[in-house]
Order: sequence, then structure tokens, then C-alpha cells
Amino acid sequence: MFRTMKVSLAALAAGSLMTSAVMAGDLVINFDDLNPGPKQGFDDAVAQFKAENPDINVIVNNNDREAHKTAIRNFLTADAPDVTSWYPGNRMAPFVDAGLFIPVDDVWADNGFNEDLAAIKATMSRDGKIWGVPYSYYQWGIYYRKDIFDLLSLEEPQTWDELLAACGTMKENGVTPFTIGTKFLWTAAGVFDYLNLRTNGYEVHNDLTAGKIKYTDPRIVKTFENWKVLIDECGFVDNHASMSWQDAIAPFANGDAAMYVMGNFSVDGYKNAGLNEDQIDFMPFPNIDPNVPLAEEAPADAFFIPTNAKNKEDAKKFLAFVARPDVQSKWNKTIGQLPINAKAEISDDKFIQEGFALLNQATGIAQFYDRDAPAAMAKAGMEGFQEFMLDTSKMMAILERLDGVQDEVYK
Amino acid sequence: MSDISAPQSASWMSRNKLAIAPWLFLVPALLFFAVYVVMPIFESIWLSFYEWNGLYRADGTSTATWVGFDNYVKLWDDPKFWTSLKNNVLWLVLYMLAVPAGLGIALFLNQKTPGMRIYKSLFFFPFVISQVVVGLIFGWFYNPDFGVVGQVFKALYCEETVNLVGNVTFKCSGTVPDILSNPEVATYGIIAAGLWPQIAYCMILYLTGLNNVASDQIEAGRLDGAKGWRMLWFVVLPQLRPATFIAVVVTVIGALRSFDMIAIMTQGGPFGSTNVLAYYMFETAISEYGERYGYGSAIATVLFLIMLVYISYFLWRMYQDEKGGR
Repeated sequence: MFRTMKVSLAALAAGSLMTSAVMAGDLVINFDDLNPGPKQGFDDAVAQFKAENPDINVIVNNNDREAHKTAIRNFLTADAPDVTSWYPGNRMAPFVDAGLFIPVDDVWADNGFNEDLAAIKATMSRDGKIWGVPYSYYQWGIYYRKDIFDLLSLEEPQTWDELLAACGTMKENGVTPFTIGTKFLWTAAGVFDYLNLRTNGYEVHNDLTAGKIKYTDPRIVKTFENWKVLIDECGFVDNHASMSWQDAIAPFANGDAAMYVMGNFSVDGYKNAGLNEDQIDFMPFPNIDPNVPLAEEAPADAFFIPTNAKNKEDAKKFLAFVARPDVQSKWNKTIGQLPINAKAEISDDKFIQEGFALLNQATGIAQFYDRDAPAAMAKAGMEGFQEFMLDTSKMMAILERLDGVQDEVYK
Repeated sequence: MSDISAPQSASWMSRNKLAIAPWLFLVPALLFFAVYVVMPIFESIWLSFYEWNGLYRADGTSTATWVGFDNYVKLWDDPKFWTSLKNNVLWLVLYMLAVPAGLGIALFLNQKTPGMRIYKSLFFFPFVISQVVVGLIFGWFYNPDFGVVGQVFKALYCEETVNLVGNVTFKCSGTVPDILSNPEVATYGIIAAGLWPQIAYCMILYLTGLNNVASDQIEAGRLDGAKGWRMLWFVVLPQLRPATFIAVVVTVIGALRSFDMIAIMTQGGPFGSTNVLAYYMFETAISEYGERYGYGSAIATVLFLIMLVYISYFLWRMYQDEKGGR
């Protein structure tokens, strides 16, 4: 049966070869964002690349993000572009392991990326090689209602105890400290990641998502105990399990909840819900253990070169181009995210400024639980997080179950 | 067929016309059935003996590895599989309520009053709209914040106050029932949503059935003093047997294919408690967090075997009826 599939795939590839008639000077790029901002940023960059390399004929296929996630599984074998967008961390692992991407260590070495993109290098690496070049990322942290904090004369909490004390004040005044919508699970993973990064640090995060630490490990149990404290002493909005992350903005915008552990893409959501820049602000997730160096969560988007690419030489040129400081500056200003290149400039948006400062100090950059852990583990893990948030007394049962899944996934 | 003028083939054709004609008409259907139904069944059974993440290597070879019955062994120990199976049984049992409920509404609507067609159409309406829409409507209906459930609860148990920043908010003396996020009741909530169109379907089947109930038998029954339940049980229902059979069949099929409602209303959540086999299969094999095609195929195979039992019974029943009819 595999043979029949293979034959049909080969036929498909042959067919598309004939129809598109790719020439030597062609550079085919598959991108995955049709939203106005990101599309604009990408198109501008491609236009600039074309202007600088008039001899390269760039062909762009821009697809919807979800469709791209499905399509990439076929086109890497059947009809590979020369460059494709994808995600680092564990999301690239299946393709790297199947030999579908080529390592680009030379691009990094030739362009000084080992220094300029140092923060993300570990995330882009697997088996001792570097597999892609990132063009953008964004910070996670706590977005809060500045006006509510001012009304209650609260400062941005720096430590765990200060956070819990602030929560106490909020609750006395009828404000639920945190909003969240866990219907689609991943939001809970953001909270877990930060609690874990602050309780145990970056290494433990990586070891856990790499399957080297059990979920019943005392360190992870400690993370969950802190989470229980956060739920009991701070607390999240009721009914979070039936809300999406957008739904959860409603109590935040209405002033019923004051904080939201989220990524920077959510700022648009707050503004659309009627909040203005003065009402919202950003703070890093507070320290829990002062001895743990601060690592942050910042999912990155990157470009990769498929093994079956026909024009690898120009593909490497494009990869070198997208990580250049000036290109990253312009691109990320357009899409409202952060450039990864340390030499790049950032826009004067206050969230971007704070994010840039935060990530430049970070001792490690985590991608996100569901990008760092393999898919099956991530799914089970995030279901466990949601279950735990609904009933903290099930903690040990959940952790033991996750151990079972872990045994299964990382054989 | 072009050489129909050739005398030999023509005579062979004309001799066997009656035997060949039905097959000729069946060929397109058989071909498509074989390619799109039968072959995938065997492919998927075959795939269930592999561990595969759906990827091919750069040279086009598959990354699948043979694991024999491993996937089935895993399935046996997988609590999510048993949850899904249990939910499938729940669906099957509770969905059967659609048959008597449909009969009840059909009997009620089987009257000659002006405008009856409008009422009938209104009752049939939920079956006409897409399952996805039904799922969305019920999802909103159950929503604890802006849904009917939430609003009614707020009206009863909450009082309106003004919060810190001066916006209207509610102080409640309890938490709003959150049907789709409560693992104990979420499945029942989805089944209730599914019953809505299914009852309409059974109703329309019974309404057509009731048109064919012989009025002379009703009159004869009435002369003999049959009324109410006895009339229904001994005179009407036996004549509705074909309608009942079809109603049960479509309801069982509907219950086993329950997928869209779950995908729309809960995505199998909270934490997998509303999964059924069909959705669990989709989740493990095709969804973003899945990509375990071998394991997904094993689930599909089990679902197929369960359906096979029922389908075999159904075909056998049909065959017996056909034989009896001749």
C-alpha cells in the first residue's frame, strides 16, 4: 500500500514539475499567513529581496496557516518549494528526523548569526545542527489593567509573594485576578510554562518537554503545587473551560478580571474590546524562586530549506536575507512583533519595547509547551492542565496519567 | 459496445442481454465503491499494524515501521479509548429516544386542522439545517455567560452591581451550570443537541407512515371497541413497522457517526470526556496534535468492526424481509 501511495505521490510530483516548469533561477517560497499585517510584512520583504537580487525569479505561494500545517506534510516530499516557513522546537523535529530539511549551519556561520541570533540558537538546533533561520517572535507575560492597578494602588508585582498579596487586594475589591479561556487548551499551557520556568527554570522545561523528566518528578509536582496556590489565592474566572482566549477578553475588558497570561498578539484583542493603551500594560511573570534565572516564553516563526528543494543556493541567500537586522526591523514593525536579530531596531510601541527588553535579558527562550513537546504529549498534557484547573484535587492522578503517556510517546 | 454490428458478438450480447445489462449499470458504482470504500477499509486495517507519523522521506519512502498488534495492545490500555467507547454506547442508547419521541410528535401532528402543514414544517425544520449549525446554536444556548442557560441563571440567582471601574457586572449566589465544560454532563448536553434534529427525522418518517395506515382497519378496530393505547399498540403500530425499522436504522447510524456535533461543541473536551471513537480517531490521526496514523487506524478498525456487527444484522434482516416478501 505504501508503494501505491508512493507511486501516486511521484506522479503528483512529476505532474507539478511539468506544469510549473521550474527554471534554475527560480526561487519558490511557501509562506503561511494571509492575515493583512503578516502578509504585508512578507510581501515587502520579498519585494526588497527581488530588488537586491534581480537575477532570481521569486515565486511565492502564500497559504492559510492551518492549511499550511496540513499541506507541508505532503509538499515536502511531493513538490518541495525552495524555502518554506515553519516552526522551530519540537514542531520541526518530525521533518528533521525524516530528513526533509537540510541543515543551514553554514548560513549561520557566514552571516554572524551565531552571535546575533544567539538567544534562539538552541531552539533552532537538533542533533547538533541548525535547521532554519527565524524572522520574528513575540513575548509572553502578564497583560494587566493598569487603571485597576492604579485604583487599588498596586504596583507591578516582582515576586511571588507580591503577586499573591496583589491578588488578595483585588479579590477584596471584587475583581477576579486572572482571566483565561481554556476551551482550546493551549492557554493553560502558557500558565503552566511560566510557573514551571519560574519554579524550576529553563533546563527543567526542556528536559520535561524532551521526556527526560517524569511528570511525577518532585520538581514538576512543586510547579503544580504553586499552580494550586495561584488558583486558590489568586483565582481564574469561572467557566474558563467554555471560553476561547478571545471570549476571555470580555471579563478583562469589563473590569471583572485584572490580569491575563498571554502572548503579545492579544493586544489587538484588548484594543478591539474597547480598551486604550493607558488602560493596559505588560509585566513579566514575577519571580517565584529568586535563584532561578529568568527564562521567557517567545514562540518564533522561521524559514527552512526542504531537502528536495531545487535551488538551494538561492534559498540560502533568502535565509541570510530574512535574518539581516534591517530586514527584521522593517518586517517586525509591519507585523507588530519582535525582531530576533539583536542588532535590529524595534518600533516605539510600548508592548514591543517592553518585550524586547525582556527577551534580551532572558537566559533562555522557551517556544511554548505545545511546540516544545511532541504533539501527542502536548495534547495529553494540555488536557491534564485544563482538568487540573477545574479540580486541583486530581493533581497526582493527572500527573501519573501523564507519566503513562510520556512512556508511550518517547520510546 | 461499438462493434454491436458484428453478428457474433451481437448474438452473444442479445442472448445474454438480461444478464449483462444490470452489471453494466452497476459498473460505475461498483468501481467507485471499490476504490473509495472497499480499498480504504483494507488500507486502513493494514496501516493499523504500523507506527507512522504520515511523513515520507525526501526520497519518497515511508517512515512507517511495522509494529504488529502493538497499536491494539495500546488501545486496550488506553483510558481515552474506553471513555470514547462508553460515550459511543451512551449515544446509541439515548439516541433511541428519538424514535418514540418522533412517533409521539407525528401522532400529535397527524390531524386535519387548518395550517397543519406550517406546524409540520416547523417541527421538521431542525432536520433541514446543518448539524454544524445545530451544534453552534446549542453551544450558545448552553453558554454560561451569554446563553439562555446563563441568562436564566443570572435572572434567578444573581444581582446586578457595578464593579470597580464602573461597569455593570453580576454578583451570583452560586456558579452558573457550565454544561459543556462539566465532564459529568457534557456528553448528555451534546446528545440532547443531536436529538433535536433526529426527532424531527423520525417524525417525518412516521408522518409518511401514518398516511399509509389503512383507515378501514382503524374503523374496524373502533367498532370492536379499541381506543387509545390499545388502538395504537394493536392496530396502528403494526402497520407502522416499516417506518419503525427505518427510524431505528437511521438513528443507529446517526448515533455511530456522531462527529460534527462533538467537533463543534467541545472538540472532545473537557479533557477528552466527550470523545467518541470517530472523533478520537480524527484527533489521533489527522488533527494538529495527532499525526499518529497507525494508532488512528487501529481505532478506525475497532469502530468498523463494531459497525460491522450492526450492519450485518441489518443486511440479514433486509434479506429475510425480501425473501418473505416474495
